[in-house]
Amino acid sequence: MISKILTGTFFKAVLVINALMVLLPVFFLLNSSLRETGSFGANPLELARDPEWNNFSQVWADGEFPNFLKNSLIVTLGSLVVILICALGAGFILGRYQFKGNSLIYGFVLTGMLVPAKLAILPLFIQLKWMNLIDSHFGLILVYASGALPAAIFIMAGFFRSLPADIDSAARIDGASEFQLLRLVLAPLVRPGLAIVAIYSAIPIWNDFFLPLVFLQSPEKKTIMQGLTLFFGEYSSQWGVLFAGLTIAALPLIILYLLLSEQFIKGLTAGAVKG
Amino acid sequence: MEMQSKTLKQQQRKFIWIFLSPGLLTILVFTTIPAISTLSYSFFKWEGFVRGSFAGFENFQNLFKFPWRDQFFAALAHNTIVFIAIMILQTSLGMLIAYALFRLKRGQRFFRTVTFLPVIFSLVIVGYMWQVMLNSYFGPINKILTDIGLESWAQPWLGQTSTALPTLVFINLWRWVGFPAIIFLAGLNAISNDYIEAAQIDGAKEGQIFRKILFPLLAPSMTIITILTFIGAFEWFDLPYVIGGTVGSPAGSTDTLALMFYRLSFGSADSVSNDIGVGSALGVIIFMIVGVGAGVGSNLMRRREVEQ
Repeated sequence: MISKILTGTFFKAVLVINALMVLLPVFFLLNSSLRETGSFGANPLELARDPEWNNFSQVWADGEFPNFLKNSLIVTLGSLVVILICALGAGFILGRYQFKGNSLIYGFVLTGMLVPAKLAILPLFIQLKWMNLIDSHFGLILVYASGALPAAIFIMAGFFRSLPADIDSAARIDGASEFQLLRLVLAPLVRPGLAIVAIYSAIPIWNDFFLPLVFLQSPEKKTIMQGLTLFFGEYSSQWGVLFAGLTIAALPLIILYLLLSEQFIKGLTAGAVKG
Repeated sequence: MEMQSKTLKQQQRKFIWIFLSPGLLTILVFTTIPAISTLSYSFFKWEGFVRGSFAGFENFQNLFKFPWRDQFFAALAHNTIVFIAIMILQTSLGMLIAYALFRLKRGQRFFRTVTFLPVIFSLVIVGYMWQVMLNSYFGPINKILTDIGLESWAQPWLGQTSTALPTLVFINLWRWVGFPAIIFLAGLNAISNDYIEAAQIDGAKEGQIFRKILFPLLAPSMTIITILTFIGAFEWFDLPYVIGGTVGSPAGSTDTLALMFYRLSFGSADSVSNDIGVGSALGVIIFMIVGVGAGVGSNLMRRREVEQ
């Protein structure tokens, strides 16, 4: 009996300690963003009782943060549109049609999943230069889309396959074209799949700094995570402002996550749980 | 009827390509062709971004000669250490948290949300946040150590060669441990309650149930986590880049294969010129390590799953 209570306490303690390990640094980040830079020397852990909102206005005014955020939004949403449309179409075909070459195309998509974009970065750079897509949001969108599409197509094909075949024949007898069948009948039914694909692709794109680092050069085109690397060098001695900048970059996803945590968890583990 | 199905087939054939081609073309142009080009680049001499003559395996051989050889093996050793450390620390801690969540009756949702929270953070933010927290003079970590009387423990965690890589592994753990935890939790939830109840009726203790029933049935989750960890460890780039820069500061102690690949591709502060030929050869080697490792590993582990 006593040992049972002890084990129960042990596992609860594991969770509480884990929660503290996660939340304390996040709290430190948010708290520090409201402190005056000069106050860190005395005590790095003090509570911001008298919030220094000035840090945020300084980030907003000095840096190009609003512009960085706008660029990240353009790139992320742009990629998402391309990914969702392409994955809907390809998932529909691969999930519901029997035709010669079906498994061959499946194999092609699978190899796309195995190639890490980072290792093909050089030819990609030269190719984008040749296509006039270097230093362009559109070029970046296409590269992101191509990286996310193989997994997105697999997820969508799985969702399409799980729908009963009768739906298609019923719609066709009613005279629906293939396009209408997809748009009006099937697309609404695979909406949960689209949500998973959206989160699975959008979060890593929003968070990425590597591809913008290589492909974007003009200061006015940079994305938020790439901009942050410049900002961090510039303000390395002004901790209050520094943390305000990190907070602005982190907060949109934290808020979205708290609102949609179930969908986030499902979306970001989609590749691993399905496999 | 025959007629109708024929026109349907024709109509469908047309649509197959209309629906498939946008996605397939995007993958072909921006993933497949560049990947194949990497392979071809590695067989040529390069002068900056201009391709020279055919070089055979020379680029691959150069990787094992001065000055690349030492860098290559040091980086390879770091990647290997990181893989082993993550497997031991992150995977076991992830499983512990998963099991603690699994046996929790109330409040599971809250703790699950908190556990997964760091996974949504950009590694840029995670890296900078910890860099400041671990700052030698003003950082809260050393301040806490000093306050609780462990002053001798306070040290420049990221600034000295002996602690930089282990500290990076710790930061990686902070950011990632929620991922295996959630995968293992999903694995545990998928196990039928009947097994557990039957064992309980037979008088099995909790530890026995975990060791003899739950752990073996988690094998599929373990396979996936191991493969993903392997790929992640041998392509480790973002966190070391954010914290140690392109040269794996301090003194190359956090250098990885992917960082070396980046330096060879685009040049860096210490070796201004790039060498695309050798860089592509390294890219091909990294891809082979990851591909062969993940392929062989998943085959071996899957076989074990079947035997159980």
